[in-house]
Amino acid sequence: MSSFVVLPILVPLGTAIVCLFTQRRRALQRAVSVAGAALLLAVSAGLLARVSSEGIQVMRAGAWPAPFGITLVADLLAAIMVLLTGITGLAVAVYSLGSIDERREAHGYHTLYHVLLMGVCGAFLTGDLFNLYVSFEVMLMASFVLLALGGERAQLEGGVKYVTLNLLSSAVFLAAVGVLYGIAGTLNMADLARAASLGIAPDLVPVLAVLFLVAFGIKAALFPFFFWLPASYHTPPIAVSAVFAGLLTKVGVYALIRAFTLIFIGDSAFTHGLILIAAALTMVTGVLGAAAQMEFRRVLSFHIVSQIGYMVMGLGLLTPLGLAGSVFYLMHHIVVKTNLFLVGGIVRRLGGSDHLKDLGGLYRSQPFLALVFLVPAFSLAGIPPLSGFWGKMVLVKAGLEAEAWGVTAVALGVSLLTLYSMTKLWNEAFWKPAPTDGGAGAEATASVPLTLLGPVLGLAAVTVAVGLGAGPVFDLASRAAAQLSDPSQYVAAVLGPGGLR
Amino acid sequence: MTLVLAIVIGLLYAAGLYLVMRRSMVKLIFGLALLGHAANLLIFTVGGLVRGGTPIVAPGQESLLPPYPDPVPEALVLTAIVIGFAVQAFALVLIKRAHQETGTDDLDSLRCTDGAPPP
Repeated sequence: MSSFVVLPILVPLGTAIVCLFTQRRRALQRAVSVAGAALLLAVSAGLLARVSSEGIQVMRAGAWPAPFGITLVADLLAAIMVLLTGITGLAVAVYSLGSIDERREAHGYHTLYHVLLMGVCGAFLTGDLFNLYVSFEVMLMASFVLLALGGERAQLEGGVKYVTLNLLSSAVFLAAVGVLYGIAGTLNMADLARAASLGIAPDLVPVLAVLFLVAFGIKAALFPFFFWLPASYHTPPIAVSAVFAGLLTKVGVYALIRAFTLIFIGDSAFTHGLILIAAALTMVTGVLGAAAQMEFRRVLSFHIVSQIGYMVMGLGLLTPLGLAGSVFYLMHHIVVKTNLFLVGGIVRRLGGSDHLKDLGGLYRSQPFLALVFLVPAFSLAGIPPLSGFWGKMVLVKAGLEAEAWGVTAVALGVSLLTLYSMTKLWNEAFWKPAPTDGGAGAEATASVPLTLLGPVLGLAAVTVAVGLGAGPVFDLASRAAAQLSDPSQYVAAVLGPGGLR
Repeated sequence: MTLVLAIVIGLLYAAGLYLVMRRSMVKLIFGLALLGHAANLLIFTVGGLVRGGTPIVAPGQESLLPPYPDPVPEALVLTAIVIGFAVQAFALVLIKRAHQETGTDDLDSLRCTDGAPPP
């Protein structure tokens, strides 16, 4: 029993409330927002340290014993995800200071931002499928408003697509939760794992597994459910895009990993085979989609889809090494992808456009920024010694060990195409001479304030640190994977040794 | 009773999916609402229908006497209804704003985000 687990949810909630009260005092609200994000980072680091040294932490609300009460569970995977939320949350909170306009701030941007973080942390920490649904909805409501806030035409159009697909996913998720409760009589994930290991309703479980795969697959933008992502992620302000890109789809991936290592492991030849096929197709469609795009954020949006495939590939292999690869890849990807979007925002500010045709010559005017861009870009493509290389290497090794030749070949091929896209961004935005017509560059500015550059540098430093210190980080990922491969640890931590009954 | 509800749920799903696949934004929102209702009724029905009885331990008793309904699905449905209400209210405002901005109800003409210039 540890009340520490609830802090990553309470801190953003408290911050959001204080932000609400300081709505009329802009400077104070901005300070509160950053301080709250910094506190979240500190709390999440503390949680990971505690989980790492003392094992899985469980909090039972009101001391009601599981599976009857509300439980919050932090195993290594959840704690790692919460720490990543903390890192991204702080970086984007600082970045927002320099990039979100006053009108959006006046309409509650900071409050919504922290509600979003609360939903994300809640989804990672809950030990209960229905609370996972509730956390999803908290997160979605905040993201809906953040996406549409400002009311530009593209935002509203993107918003309609995003809202529709996510509501559809929620409806499927809710139906699956209902049927699961009907056959198992519980929604506590540890209790479900125990019930699943006893083999209840063997003919219904595969159906439910597919329903959950669809529901979480839509959230994670898995093939063939990814269409909403490249249609909406490039429309809101950059800071919002960045936090969506870094965190939201990863909540879907987390939910997939949780459900398909804990509950639906009985028929893994079917379910995980399906996941593996979806992973391969996700990688290919994402990267090919990106190759066809000529807009900075749209290229990056398609790459989110492609990278989701890698994370899910490790889950599909379902070997300890594969899962470790997935966890490592999640750690690497959240930081890198957020950073690429943040750089994209600076590029837009400097060049006055998102479109690669209108950009150029930034290497001449901002050589330092251009070099910083290379860190996340090369890491995404998997160039050693950056973090992406190790993530891909572990996944490829796991693929070869599991003799999944097809998906491994796809993973290798896709990383080459990723390099092509990153080179395209570099060439078009930084290397080629600036376009001479100057019409689009009217609103361009020459300076990069520290609130924008600071988060980019910080995240780049994290990427380099994860790359150079890959040994300890990989150790952590393998320990998380070991916990995932042995659901009995999770069950014992939540229900007590041997289960309740 | 279960059979009747099963048919109602099936009809709601069918109607919801049909509306979601139309091109009109208004029908889209109605379709999503129907899908939400279908999911709620599904939870309610799958949880088991029991007529009469309340899941409250009577005075002087140690435990519940059957027949009693399971209160958990009802609590789940209640939560889901509240969430669904909030989400649908937001969705309605969103399509109103989208309609004001784009001047159309046709989902197929929302091409701005695909890189096409606004008409």
